Amino acid sequence: MSAPPLLEVIGLSKNFRARGAFGQRAGEVKAVRGVSFAIASGEVFGLAGESGSGKSTIARMILGLTAPSAGAIMIEGVEASPGASRARAIQMVFQNPGSSLNPRRSIGQSIAVPLEAARRRRVAVAARVDELLKMVQLPADFAERYPHELSGGQKQRVAIARALAAEPRLILLDEPTSALDVSVQAKIIELLQELGRTLGLTFLFISHDLSLMRNFASRVGVLYLGQIAEIGETTALFASPAHPYTRSLLASVPVITAEEEAMRPNVPIIEGEVPSPANLPAGCSFHTRCPNVFAPCDAIDPDFTVIAADHRARCHLLRPEADTTLPR
Amino acid sequence: MSATLLSLRDLSLEFSLFGRRAYVLNRVSLDVPEARHVALVGESGCGKSVTMRAIMGLLRSPPARITGGEILFDGRDLLTMSAPEREALRGVAMSMVFQDPMTSLNPVFSVGDQMGSILKYADRRLGRARSKAERMTRVYEVLRQVRMPDPERIALAYPFMLSGGMRQRVLIAMALLNETRLLIADEPGTALDVTTQAQILKLLQDLVAERHLALLMITHNLGVVRASANYVYVMYAGSVVEHGPTAALFANPRHPYTRALIDCVPKLSGRTTFRGIEGTLPDYAAPPPGCRFAPRCPHATSVCATPPPDLAVGGAHGVSCWLEAEKAA
Repeated sequence: MSAPPLLEVIGLSKNFRARGAFGQRAGEVKAVRGVSFAIASGEVFGLAGESGSGKSTIARMILGLTAPSAGAIMIEGVEASPGASRARAIQMVFQNPGSSLNPRRSIGQSIAVPLEAARRRRVAVAARVDELLKMVQLPADFAERYPHELSGGQKQRVAIARALAAEPRLILLDEPTSALDVSVQAKIIELLQELGRTLGLTFLFISHDLSLMRNFASRVGVLYLGQIAEIGETTALFASPAHPYTRSLLASVPVITAEEEAMRPNVPIIEGEVPSPANLPAGCSFHTRCPNVFAPCDAIDPDFTVIAADHRARCHLLRPEADTTLPR
Repeated sequence: MSATLLSLRDLSLEFSLFGRRAYVLNRVSLDVPEARHVALVGESGCGKSVTMRAIMGLLRSPPARITGGEILFDGRDLLTMSAPEREALRGVAMSMVFQDPMTSLNPVFSVGDQMGSILKYADRRLGRARSKAERMTRVYEVLRQVRMPDPERIALAYPFMLSGGMRQRVLIAMALLNETRLLIADEPGTALDVTTQAQILKLLQDLVAERHLALLMITHNLGVVRASANYVYVMYAGSVVEHGPTAALFANPRHPYTRALIDCVPKLSGRTTFRGIEGTLPDYAAPPPGCRFAPRCPHATSVCATPPPDLAVGGAHGVSCWLEAEKAA
């Protein structure tokens, strides 16, 4: 039997209670619905999706910041316990480096927090801070500086150093470059790729930027309204997207070369916007915007259809018995 | 070729703050013709928002000071115009769409009230008389032009009731209320999801064609530029380094900065090697004397310490770089 995956989430769900303007109960928001995926050690797994798709809620549940409503989170085959042991195994780099660093702590103090939590000796802490700064290619004297003196890219390097401090097995990256310019983004991704190689890290990479996903993740899950619509190896999923949502999403990515334009699916721009997770459509949650909608879509929520060894999508069209001529 | 509506000629601008001077815009020239969609693209801090604010006359002076050049609107220099003359153009013949659809609308007034008050203010300035009902008719008409279903209902809605895409449409509608000829859009759709962004870009393109608008779009997103603009200006550290028709510029980028920037963008087709651009933006208080990209340029030589000429490299494609001058010689 092969080794269990580093991280496995099984049927993860989260419902938030919604409240009206006066604090009265107003139903439930189904933010994440039965999400399952596994990440092998050393892999970069990407979660792509638009705002409100549940990407960040999934990350918070894996970190233990939010309790799941249902489902399990397994680390190396063992159900993850809350608290310090999980925090040592999993660390996170947040989206906005401007607000995830304490402005009143020096860079060195910020990086030292996880080390002090692990009760390292003070001399060892200082040496480790130096080492971590070197790993993220920042000069050692940055330990004395404060966040306001640093550029966005430098701050994000500090956030990465702080995540590395606890020697985690898995790092969650929640839109780590979306606040940065492309020339800075390229340098941060280069650094993450190199750290991944040299330290044998595993990444869960959350992003809405599909072009970046294509170049960084080895496997991708596409989320729509809290569900995985399609999951598979990056190359296969981008070359032959099976779910109409994935196709529409790829078709609307702005590209800059003729080569990319040729590989973009040729489907019309999707109309309308993502429905509210507080008021989900019946049946397949994408049927209200889907160009290929047919008979069962507004009644039955489709299950996954296996397309290839590691490529699955949740769509009625892919079922062998699908008869698209049926009227709705 | 259609008539040039907006033209910047060698515009230079500096800020003085606490006795320090920052030389921000460095002889910026650009043209926005009628019925054309022109993009000004650059990374944060390159001066694109300052350029836009200078055109609209939204910079406080001091600290801002225009030290040279002119801003021609329909052939008249905005910089030598009297304040009331300029005020009669702003929000009427030239309008702006601000970046953030979440914060640019007033949360305590309905969409219809906010739009109506824009018309009321313009009417008062231009000495026009219009009843409230006539103004609301115009509001519904413009909401329909930005493809809003059911304008009468939208006009009664408050901003929090609308989605991000609808708020962006309302902002565009506000800019179109008066007899706008020039529209300046600051990062349209960047706060939105890609599927919604695609819809907004399509709308802007349609408006340029239908209303013969001159559209100047300010953005950092090269993909958005390629998808929608007719003509592009690439800005780095307060200077236009390259400009040309969109297709020509993306097919054959000539300036080392443009090339490096294009390389940094992850490609949907994969195989992007992430390298980035070494170094950081220069200090505007002491910018490099010649080409402002020279300190980060892999091809820089001693000649780059003198300002590079703007050279035509085929058609309307131009580059400010000594490399091209050497090639031409």
